[in-house]
Amino acid sequence: MSAAEYALLPEPIETPTTRYVQFAMGMPISLALRGRHIDDDAAQTAWTQVMNQLHQVDEDFSTYRAESYISRLDRGEIALSDCPPEVAEVLAIGETARRESSGAFNIRRPGIDGRPRLDPTGVVKGWAVERAAAALEALPHTDFCLSAGGDMTCRTLDPASPPWRVGIEDPADRSRIIAVVPIFTGAVATSGTAHRGRHLRDARTHRIPTGVASVTVITRSLTWADIDATAAYVQGLDAATWLTTRRGRTGLVVWEDGTTTTTGS
Amino acid sequence: MKRIVMFLMSTLTAAVLLIGYHTSTSSKAAGGETSFVATAGSGATASAADPAGTSTSQSAAPTSQPATPTSSAATSSPAGESAAPTSTAVKSTTASASATVAGDVADTRWGPVQVQLTVQDGKITAVSVIQYPNNNGRDQEINATALPILVQETLTAQNAKIDMVSGATVTSDGYLSSLQSALDKAGL
Repeated sequence: MSAAEYALLPEPIETPTTRYVQFAMGMPISLALRGRHIDDDAAQTAWTQVMNQLHQVDEDFSTYRAESYISRLDRGEIALSDCPPEVAEVLAIGETARRESSGAFNIRRPGIDGRPRLDPTGVVKGWAVERAAAALEALPHTDFCLSAGGDMTCRTLDPASPPWRVGIEDPADRSRIIAVVPIFTGAVATSGTAHRGRHLRDARTHRIPTGVASVTVITRSLTWADIDATAAYVQGLDAATWLTTRRGRTGLVVWEDGTTTTTGS
Repeated sequence: MKRIVMFLMSTLTAAVLLIGYHTSTSSKAAGGETSFVATAGSGATASAADPAGTSTSQSAAPTSQPATPTSSAATSSPAGESAAPTSTAVKSTTASASATVAGDVADTRWGPVQVQLTVQDGKITAVSVIQYPNNNGRDQEINATALPILVQETLTAQNAKIDMVSGATVTSDGYLSSLQSALDKAGL
């Protein structure tokens, strides 16, 4: 495009944005800030609080840590009443998710030995990030987009600000994006075949879903965006149909053949 | 209930951007529904919005099916001349097979929405929403779920001007090769 043509385009709104990235819970945590507090002490303090909270959640909830509350609860060494109230909160969310997905999403699944195992990982990530974002919500006149391994919660305070632009990764070619979601305030979460690591399965059939490549859910709460993306994905060909039953959710299903289905609330 | 759906197909030699807005009469969609349909002069495009709440894009469908009733239409002729009899908001420039087409401002129940496409050598190289409904905080909350998802197949992270990437969970190991990593580096 020539300079003359470019000049005819509407002015892009350039907002100074600072970015932070660290690792917690085995994944990259990326933060983008714009507005009044983007690189001062208040911003640094809030970022530190976010990371400290996520590390604490990892210690309490990780199924990879033998001494986490979840691991000890799973082994029957402690009771729920011995755990911090957050553990009961997460398990209650998991139970709601199981009920509302007719069992496709379940934090209790049989392990290799057939014994039911407690694994609330599918709830914890979104829940933890949504909770940790409270430190950023306390920053006045500051917009944020906080992402944990591809699932994010965003805020925009100034009505004149542009929305955050969230690119949805193309599951067939991860160097490309297949869609853009402009979002002012709310959450975006995507589930699919993990880049590396465990496959998601339907908790009822224990099968790896077929037909679907990824599911993205946009809604107010990251906890529920994350849960619903997973619950829809594991239902395979029923992913989009189930998403239409969910109030307040916008969904993007990318099928294995590259076609897409969007669902609205 | 409301939803906005947008489909853009990748093979365009000339772009005709139709912004159709209609209030659904289906009881399931009690509110309204907006469809953004980009159709091609000689390309293959199909887009449909059904009242059941899902719509599916199929890349090989040879028909075009604009949403009805159509409230406004912005057109750009293959020769690149601005030809927009019904529109005051169209901007179209063409040289070396490149064109930028902005649709009319569509008055949705959440406020005005305007979409722009850049087409180069028959392919969409950029797509953006240049006007959003963002009148007040309440609207912004609604917009968290109501803004159009821009589905299209030729975008790269570079020309899409994105802030974050959402995808299947990126682990620490996979991070360095991820798009998000590139974005983070650009901002550091």
